[in-house]
Amino acid sequence: MSYAMIFIAAIFVNNIVLSQFLGICPFLGVSKKISTSVGMGFAVMFVMTLSSIATYAIYHGLLLPYNLQYMITVVFILVIASLVQVVEIIMKKMTPSLYQALGIFLPLITTNCAVLGIAILSVQKELSLAETVCYNLANAMGFTLAIVLFAGLRERLSRTKIPQALQGTPIALITAGLLSMAFMGFSGVGN
Amino acid sequence: MDKTSKENLTRGIIRENPTFVMLLGMCPTLGVTTSALNGLGMGLATMFVLALSNMAVSSFKNVIPDGVRIPAYIVIIASFVTVIEMLMAAYVPLLHRALGIYIPLIVVNCIILGRAEAFASKNSIGQSLLDGIGMGLGFTIALFLLGSIREILGSGSFLGYNFFDEGAETILMFIMPPGAFLVLGFLIVIFNRIKGAK
Repeated sequence: MSYAMIFIAAIFVNNIVLSQFLGICPFLGVSKKISTSVGMGFAVMFVMTLSSIATYAIYHGLLLPYNLQYMITVVFILVIASLVQVVEIIMKKMTPSLYQALGIFLPLITTNCAVLGIAILSVQKELSLAETVCYNLANAMGFTLAIVLFAGLRERLSRTKIPQALQGTPIALITAGLLSMAFMGFSGVGN
Repeated sequence: MDKTSKENLTRGIIRENPTFVMLLGMCPTLGVTTSALNGLGMGLATMFVLALSNMAVSSFKNVIPDGVRIPAYIVIIASFVTVIEMLMAAYVPLLHRALGIYIPLIVVNCIILGRAEAFASKNSIGQSLLDGIGMGLGFTIALFLLGSIREILGSGSFLGYNFFDEGAETILMFIMPPGAFLVLGFLIVIFNRIKGAK
């Protein structure tokens, strides 16, 4: 698989949120304003790229040689959770301005199934280290694109008159459905 | 059965339904409900993990130090998820393949960690088991409903039984990703109306 194809496939064709349904909780929860959604997007990109390297190293250095593949779920979730904690501590000390911008999103990322899901998928697809990093970064970029577009739509929606029964979550889900339909236009690209 | 037990068992089914009211665990809800059977399978697997992890968390609640309780809960949940994943791979391989990546992702389903933190860490083992079963039942019902609607509209069948002859045109969109968002959106509208009318 060429690297350009990995990016196009992950961002547009198989968008992580709109067609693989990973990371729906932050997608619905942190998308009321464009500014916060951009922050969430960059925090996810940062953590996913780091976690891809960490999980690759653990899987190929520890789990595979000792035939412990069945421990993958337990080990990966612990690695991701502790990685997020470490990133938070380092960021607070070294780059307070970045921490101010992304800090509140970091704890939320532990329960973001996108990070764990893509880490497990990279192992299942048997990607090399470089491909794993690209695959993770590309999916995180797809997440950012989807959440920022969605936040833009919701900002517009908040200024319109919506029937009472549809207010809140239902209209958000229906909007996401339409957005997902628009992304289906990309299906088949690259095949 | 006394009043609190009944209350704990039924709370998750309508009043605090994890899917329609609390909007937790959205990824599997949207991802696996392309057919009624997949929805049912996912719901039952989650219920299994939820009930057992609630019991385990409740029985260890006095041993786990407060500062590391979340990582401890995650390890407990992840162990049960590994158990159910191996059981499913052995006994229902077709369902295991259909649910795919969403089985290990039960770990990060916010319903389970949410119930461990909000309920099981404060209540007795028996009550935690009832709470887990109730919440799991509410989740299963929601997934089964969503899966049934999508399967009927999208592939013209129900639990594998075909309504139409081969080659009939069905509304394919409903088993594709957009259908998941749209059906869940309209189900919540209906659920809100029914709840509001009571």
